[in-house]
Amino acid sequence: MLSCKEASKLVSESLDLRLPLKTRLRLRLHLSMCRICTAYYRQLHFLRRVIGVLPDHVEAVNPEPLSEEAKQRISKFIGSDK
Amino acid sequence: MSDHSEPGKSPTTLSDPADWLEMYGDFLYRYALIRLRDSMLAEDMVQETLLAAIQSKDGYRGRSSEKTWLTGILKHKIIDHLRNAQREHAWTDENAQEIDDLQDMFDAKGRWRIDISQWSEPDLSLERDDFWKIFVDCLQRLPRKMADALLLREMDGLETDTICQVLGGYTTNNVWVMLSRARMRMRRCLDTEWFEREPGDR
Repeated sequence: MLSCKEASKLVSESLDLRLPLKTRLRLRLHLSMCRICTAYYRQLHFLRRVIGVLPDHVEAVNPEPLSEEAKQRISKFIGSDK
Repeated sequence: MSDHSEPGKSPTTLSDPADWLEMYGDFLYRYALIRLRDSMLAEDMVQETLLAAIQSKDGYRGRSSEKTWLTGILKHKIIDHLRNAQREHAWTDENAQEIDDLQDMFDAKGRWRIDISQWSEPDLSLERDDFWKIFVDCLQRLPRKMADALLLREMDGLETDTICQVLGGYTTNNVWVMLSRARMRMRRCLDTEWFEREPGDR
């Protein structure tokens, strides 16, 4: 039987690589009996989804736009005079 | 500055490159700022991205939207930057500090010392601007390399062996450990800074 510490490590690894079948089954067995690890598993999947849609929310995080000076500098550099 | 939404679903031709800075500059800048945490550097990335886009516009196949195409170029620029940035390897320090972190989480038998309960309706948070502020704040509290690794994995979808090459000096095993710790810290930060708060406090 996996410990929660081992299971939590495998939960994360399962997001990064394909675990061997036997390991997957051991993890699944552990999750079926462990409420905390199951919550952990769901939260890591949520975290993945959140990071996936972060690009749609960059304005909420950084409301400041490019400064006018920066825009002028970039515009000059790439040769699209405005 | 107005927010330019994605024009059309799948345009097959590009708009005038002279308009790109006005149309996408703010978006690219904000995106780069989250990844690089440095406004000067983020501005440089916008510049390099637009320049590269102009130079390679003939290669645009119209398979993705213009904005997605430009974001892809920016991602490559950011990855190149991370690859070239010879930041000192702070892994050993972080490592020592992290071991204590993990000991807090589990008892000697490897059982959780903390309780983790389901977050209620987490998806509703995604529509809240204040959630995103806290999310990125949590991200920026991670050690630098750890945050870079997490975003390379989850935002760019890189495989761990590529992440090793980009960050330099890490084995795949290091990267798995780093990702696992990054996720654990993010989980905890979101839990305490967002989900555990009473909706009225948010």
